[in-house]
Amino acid sequence: MMRLLRREGWVVGLLVLFIVLLIVAKLIQPNYGANDFISLVRAVLPFAFAVAAQTVAVIAGGIDLSVGSMMALTSVIAASLMNGASESYALFVVPFVLLVGFGLGAFNGLMIVVTRVPDIVVTLAMLFVFQGAALLVLQAPGGASAEWLKNLIVGPISIPGVPVVVTAFIPNALIVLAIALCAVWLPLKRSHLGLSIYAIGSHELAAFRSGVPVARTKILAYAFSGLFAAMGGLALTMSTGIGAPIPGPYLLASVAAVVLGGVTLGGGKGGLMGPIVAVFVLRLVRTILTLLAVDPNVTAIFEGTIMVSVVMLGAYLAMRGSRMP
Amino acid sequence: MSVTTASPQSAPMRKRVTRFMSDYPLVPLIALLFILILILQIMSPGIINERWMANTVKFAIPLAILAACQTLTMLTGGIDLSVGTVATMAGFIVVTQSVNHDPAVAMLIALAPAIIIGFVNGIGVGVFRVHPLIMTLGTSLIGVGCLQVYQRTVIAGGTKVPDFLNWLGTGVSYGLPNALLLFVPLAALIIYMLRSTGFGRLLYAVGDNENAARLAGVHYWQVITALYILSSVLAGIMGLLYMGLIKAPSLSLAEPLVLPSVAAAVIGGTSIFGGRGGYTGTMVGAVILTVLTTLLTILQMPEGARRILFGLIVLLVTAAYLRIVEDR
Repeated sequence: MMRLLRREGWVVGLLVLFIVLLIVAKLIQPNYGANDFISLVRAVLPFAFAVAAQTVAVIAGGIDLSVGSMMALTSVIAASLMNGASESYALFVVPFVLLVGFGLGAFNGLMIVVTRVPDIVVTLAMLFVFQGAALLVLQAPGGASAEWLKNLIVGPISIPGVPVVVTAFIPNALIVLAIALCAVWLPLKRSHLGLSIYAIGSHELAAFRSGVPVARTKILAYAFSGLFAAMGGLALTMSTGIGAPIPGPYLLASVAAVVLGGVTLGGGKGGLMGPIVAVFVLRLVRTILTLLAVDPNVTAIFEGTIMVSVVMLGAYLAMRGSRMP
Repeated sequence: MSVTTASPQSAPMRKRVTRFMSDYPLVPLIALLFILILILQIMSPGIINERWMANTVKFAIPLAILAACQTLTMLTGGIDLSVGTVATMAGFIVVTQSVNHDPAVAMLIALAPAIIIGFVNGIGVGVFRVHPLIMTLGTSLIGVGCLQVYQRTVIAGGTKVPDFLNWLGTGVSYGLPNALLLFVPLAALIIYMLRSTGFGRLLYAVGDNENAARLAGVHYWQVITALYILSSVLAGIMGLLYMGLIKAPSLSLAEPLVLPSVAAAVIGGTSIFGGRGGYTGTMVGAVILTVLTTLLTILQMPEGARRILFGLIVLLVTAAYLRIVEDR
């Protein structure tokens, strides 16, 4: 138990913070209940996938500035394919879009490996490319989503035999998020490839000399990042019912949550759980500030201050830790 | 290709050319610039005239100033993404404050937030060792929030672009944009600082090998703090100038220029990992990007295709440049 605590200390701390914030929300607004929690999770969903995409890239020692525009591109592809199509057609659209995301990410990785330009510059250039492609697919927000896809993330789950009191607090969106992330991340982390991703992030040269195929691993890491971004794009289409070619504020939020979640920029450390909890914390802070009737513009100041001070604190603790072993 | 390498005489020639290009990396960059201008001339004959050149320079200067921030911070292995917000704040504050104040006072007020944000960036990066990307993104988030709150308080006051900034931003005398009066001394100062002053050398030293610099007695945090304040002030000056050029106060004035400014510095040959690069290349990079934007506007293409081309060209130029410079 202690070992688990020490190893996952940061994540546990974030979880405690999240629960404290939930209690605070309840204290401020006694009516805060299951429905508000459900809408919180729904709002978090695209952010969570963006964060997952960023996490994989950062663990592999890179950074992906194109996450937001990849989400926009996959979202408009999904929305325009499902526009006017039958409900069952969406069954083919979903895997196709995920495949597209995987391909886009792999293209990112391929460009990084082939051109030898730093990750940050390549993904910066790709940000423009994907944004342009999204504008070519759909000029203005539009398209449609299949009804069953939209309903997938609405309301609480219903399990026969379990009292409604319990299930009311488990939103469908949370289930979708958990299944999608676990289905990709758990096998990946336990596989040879996952180990290689951590290895190249931690020390590329050492990994290369230990026989890790660096180029292939990097391409695949970015491909998985793209896959998560495609899930984010689908989540956008699912929650809004349309696709929008202009990316939302997902890049900044994803980098912030990755850092808050205990994944060090530079790579090789951290997991997926921390950043996901962190993004929930960040969104909940926003909700609480709204409940407090704080001016939404002041909310941005609060968010930035929290982000900066938490990151400073984390860096300070890491510095002290390395000085006094 | 196999023919050229096989013949004994052309092989050294080829080597000499690549050697020459890697010794003078500016040459291929300027060649690229002229090729772009040539394409532009072919696409729409007669477009290259005095007015066009003055206009291109006018729009390249703000980008070049922002790219100076990126160049300086990238030399130490950092990056400054808060420049867009800082520039926007300076521009917005100056037009709202000059309603009630003297333009000179308004400009000083407008530069105050730049100094504060630069100081916070410097402390975060230099003392607390936060990753510059995160630190500057965070401060820019705070800055945007503050600016929105500020906008509420002054919305009724109206705005006024000071005549001086108007003259500086858009004026042309003797066929040359007035902005050059600001930019030429500024650029000369930056180049002189990087080449011949202790501070400039410290930037290269810190970026090249931080531990070595520290062991040699460099006070890391002082260098970094001074650097980020300088970067922010440069961004603030750019904001004032850009406001004189655009003349429409908005809360996203300079934001669209942030990513191109990084691209300009990278195209100009400054390494994002630090320790290598300079400002001359960056200036050429900024002009290249401006000409490229004009070129893509003239091509009758949908907006989407234009962005795709922009991204791909930035990537290709950077890759080719890295090959040339590292091919020793």
